[in-house]
Amino acid sequence: MKLGDIAHVRTGDKGDTSNIAVVAFREADWPRLEAALTPARVARFLGGLDAADVSRYALPQLHALNFVIRGALAGGVTRSLALDAHGKCRGATLLALDIPE
Amino acid sequence: MTIRIGAGAGFAGDRIEPAVDLAERGGLDFLVFECLAERTIALAQPAKLADPSAGYDRMLERRMRAVLGPCRRNGTRIVSNMGAANPVAAAEKVREVARDLGLSGLKVAAVTGDDVLDRAGDLDLAETGCTAAELGDRLVSANAYIGAASLAAALDAGADVVICGRASDPALFLGPLIHSFGWAAEDWDRLGKGTLVGHLLECAAQITGGYFADPGAKDVPDLARIGFPLAEVEETGDAVVTKLDGTGGMVTRATCIEQLLYEIHDPAAYVQPDVIADFSGVRFEEVGRDRVAVTGATGRPASGRLKVSAGYRDGWIGEGQISYAGPGCVARGRLAIDLIAARLAARNGEIVEHRGELIGWDAVAGPAPRGTPEPPEVRMRYAARCRSRDTAAIVAEEVEGLYLCGPSGGGGATGRVREVVGIASGLLPAGLVETSFTLSEA
Repeated sequence: MKLGDIAHVRTGDKGDTSNIAVVAFREADWPRLEAALTPARVARFLGGLDAADVSRYALPQLHALNFVIRGALAGGVTRSLALDAHGKCRGATLLALDIPE
Repeated sequence: MTIRIGAGAGFAGDRIEPAVDLAERGGLDFLVFECLAERTIALAQPAKLADPSAGYDRMLERRMRAVLGPCRRNGTRIVSNMGAANPVAAAEKVREVARDLGLSGLKVAAVTGDDVLDRAGDLDLAETGCTAAELGDRLVSANAYIGAASLAAALDAGADVVICGRASDPALFLGPLIHSFGWAAEDWDRLGKGTLVGHLLECAAQITGGYFADPGAKDVPDLARIGFPLAEVEETGDAVVTKLDGTGGMVTRATCIEQLLYEIHDPAAYVQPDVIADFSGVRFEEVGRDRVAVTGATGRPASGRLKVSAGYRDGWIGEGQISYAGPGCVARGRLAIDLIAARLAARNGEIVEHRGELIGWDAVAGPAPRGTPEPPEVRMRYAARCRSRDTAAIVAEEVEGLYLCGPSGGGGATGRVREVVGIASGLLPAGLVETSFTLSEA
């Protein structure tokens, strides 16, 4: 299954740091989400990142993980040359990540 | 006592109609407009230098003209950071609009003190690796994120409208709650809970189903007529987030969780001027249709330092786009990127950074995975940050030049040039930032 089958995401930015919140739709999928989405896995999937650039915070009562990704935004929204300088589109790409059944 | 506080805008360009609906039908005590992005003050500062009556939000007059009447009728008081670089001039504009609407006697406060340009010289800026002073005449602004105290004090003094410049976004909501409930400056848990209410509401529709819809996976009813949120807040700081009956959108556990974590790093340490809020134990419970109860935030003592955003001129960005369609469109788009790079190579001393990409292929989501089928069309985009405006203009011209001197079948070329105002941040001891307010009647 894909991450998008069991969870939804929201992406935010502050300076050169992006954060992607991943939230399980159903409580039953929370353990699977927590096990599958390691910082290393997220870093590898998004590409061009070290696992050390990615911090993960868990909020088990909300079935939510918050990924904080440093140095992800080409210097930040005010001076980045990127089309999506906020990196807002990036979180949604994570929904294509494979999750073990 | 329950306080009803609503969000009238979540960014400078936000929609006006939902705010008018809240002003007319919300039965609100407070309506808060958050309209100030990181770079807005930096852009407004030169405008103020050129004209002492300028430098505030360009939509201030329109927004006030739309809501002042119903807010006055319903006893709803307004708080906003639309003052940007010039809260004093903005407050005068609000009084002018009020007089024009026949609302004489309306009390409008201007909160000042966030502008710390004269004290920012020694500030270490993480992003630039230098101090503010070392930016020399490139430095255009330095503003501290102030807390809720002066906002609450202006309301204590009877202000119907409070206009500030840079303040922390949640503080725009925390100020009215401190004023209403008399929370003490060391009541960390209540300040943490009030900060949570502010954080949930500060992006307006982002908690009522905006920035949320994903057809088939996350459907949002009547998104076209989405309503803005309001919170019913108790003296304890616990709250219910909701929206008005008859508006589109939705308030659910899922919309609240997404907004809770929006632009948050460590949920246990949301650093604010008035408190370090802890959201790690927050709970949401759906207690009715479009009604979500919010509990569990806490707080601990503030750091004693305020975040300062410094704006500095950082050259010019020139950008151009052109489309290619049909078989081979990706190869033709790539050829276009190579051509622009080659034609600009002689100007490399003037170009600090450049980037070419194909929209619809590799522009916003990173490189297309191997084996991805070619799309029916792509749009080539080339952007470069340059030392001068002239060079940035040439970047845009070179893309247009692809019409006759580029690959086959290019169409729809566009170009633009803009000045870059970078934002860097540092920390200033809170004691160096003194805020105050002035109150005048329309």
